[in-house]
Amino acid sequence: MNFEFTEEQLMIRQAAKDFAERVLLPDVIERDEHAIFPTEHVKQLAELGFLGMMTDPKYDGGGMDTVSYVLAMEEISKIDASVSVIMSVCNSLVNWGLETYGNEEQKEKYLKPLARGEKIGAFLLSEPEAGSDATSQRTTAEDKGDYYLLNGTKNWITNAASASTYLVIAQTNPELKHKGINALIVEKDWPGVTLGPHENKMGMRSSDTHSVMFTDVKVPKANRIGENGFGFSFAMKTLDGGRIGIASQALGLASGALELSIKYSKERKAFGTEICNHQAIAFKLSDMAVKVENARNLCLKAAWLKDTHQPYGLISAMAKQYCADIAMEVTTEAVQIHGGYGYVREYHVERLMREAKLTQIYEGTSEVQKIVISRSLIK
Amino acid sequence: MKILVCLGNVPDTTTKIRFNSDMTRFDVTGVQWVINPWDELALTRAIELKEQSGGKIEKVTVVNVGKIDSEPTIRKALAIGADDAVRIDADAADSYFIAAQIAEAVKSEKFDIIFAGIESSDYNAASVGGMLAEFLDIPSVSSVSSVEITNDEMILKREIEGGKETLTIPTPFVAIIQKGICINPRIPAMRGIMMARTKPLTVVPPADIQLMTEMSVFELPPAKGTCKMVDAEDTDKLVDLLHNEAKAI
Repeated sequence: MNFEFTEEQLMIRQAAKDFAERVLLPDVIERDEHAIFPTEHVKQLAELGFLGMMTDPKYDGGGMDTVSYVLAMEEISKIDASVSVIMSVCNSLVNWGLETYGNEEQKEKYLKPLARGEKIGAFLLSEPEAGSDATSQRTTAEDKGDYYLLNGTKNWITNAASASTYLVIAQTNPELKHKGINALIVEKDWPGVTLGPHENKMGMRSSDTHSVMFTDVKVPKANRIGENGFGFSFAMKTLDGGRIGIASQALGLASGALELSIKYSKERKAFGTEICNHQAIAFKLSDMAVKVENARNLCLKAAWLKDTHQPYGLISAMAKQYCADIAMEVTTEAVQIHGGYGYVREYHVERLMREAKLTQIYEGTSEVQKIVISRSLIK
Repeated sequence: MKILVCLGNVPDTTTKIRFNSDMTRFDVTGVQWVINPWDELALTRAIELKEQSGGKIEKVTVVNVGKIDSEPTIRKALAIGADDAVRIDADAADSYFIAAQIAEAVKSEKFDIIFAGIESSDYNAASVGGMLAEFLDIPSVSSVSSVEITNDEMILKREIEGGKETLTIPTPFVAIIQKGICINPRIPAMRGIMMARTKPLTVVPPADIQLMTEMSVFELPPAKGTCKMVDAEDTDKLVDLLHNEAKAI
């Protein structure tokens, strides 16, 4: 066993930390409050190569491993989870999905500009009536010979407005149930693609979330990923990796809240001493640190399994569920440690708490992760 | 045209400073090492100048005096954008030793512009740049906060009391770099980190240089005294304490 990071992994972690502290931190509160998309910040993130950091260099990516990705996601999420969710969707869902299952033409046309960060991607699976139950797709991709006719509505789409490349999951053969589903590459500016209003969210307010409507959108057959009927399998396999991204995001929210709590508790005095010297606070810090360490180890194990080409679906589900749940617990305790200051915006922890809540919901709720985990235990 | 940037490997500025029991050696346990902040700014400006030069500046080289454990710091400089690196395989004993070693190692390559940070954030000797220029027998300009190249002319700005002065200088020269030379140090990009593996890092043996100083003992500053709170209305007591106890007035 070797728990040491390589020099490159440490360099990437430091680069992500420097970027987060220097570029994201100065206006993170303002962007959260007014739900402003981080246009310039994402541009810089792309220039540094973080949006395509795991994609093979032959497709213009950074060629970094999943462990590096976890380290970078944690550092960026400590400061701004709205930015790290953009990074997660681009890396783990869109780029990975295209690189692993797309054909060479698709990679040349769509993956390369995404990996260079010139374009942003979005992953369109959830529907008004199909969130966790992804088999119940109502969006249809009717086979019209040399193209699919796409109709339906997708909900809760991260990057919906900022992305130009969509990966859309839609039903072609309802009688085949989930085996009739396809994954299609759709360009946002094609006729028939319409954005719903911007969702006014509790947290992650700086990332753009919309519903997307498709009305008779013609999608060339060349834009189908994999064989006919591969779409559900594509979505599930891609989400296995996506869970590592969101688990790392939740880890960053928790470790960021812990760092802020340690700092605050060493400065704030009550009853004649810094509050970290009171056992009530010290033991909270201890509990938080144990959870963060466990969470980090789960994320890194999932990443290591993926990097060494071993099955990682189970551990990534464990990481997603555990990290999201402890992110909620740790950020809530961070607000408690900060007392009244924790309830106001300038101390950051209330934002981390609002953001942590979403990690228990999106890309598979904690309950869905438990289905995945328990089924693998008893099968 | 070629630029050389002198690179110090220093403890991260948030490091808790500890010494061994007889206070003769800095305890490096758990220390995170970084590029000396002034050198990192100098490196960033050197890379910017190269990028803006339209090919006239052919390369940026970094040089470090240090043992193998300074290589992660050197490779970060390569990841940021330096083209190659030289490590002189010796402990960085003092400013004279460092300057003499660098001069010996680089004199044959004839760099046109040499950047040295104004000081290092650990020992703060602020003398390597000046000494290096002397060893190489070329001019040096201290406290440089701007370097521009316009029509092949080197235009430097220096911080002086109450303002700045602008001067031009022929190459070769040493510019001793102050803050302000660039806005922020550059963050290495993924591509740079990946390419750093393949860039040349040459290790050279140290020249035979005799040390001029010997470190005797370190001292930590005295611990801060406790803070006394005085009631805002009680100015007499405040004056009394400042006068009789702190002897500040």
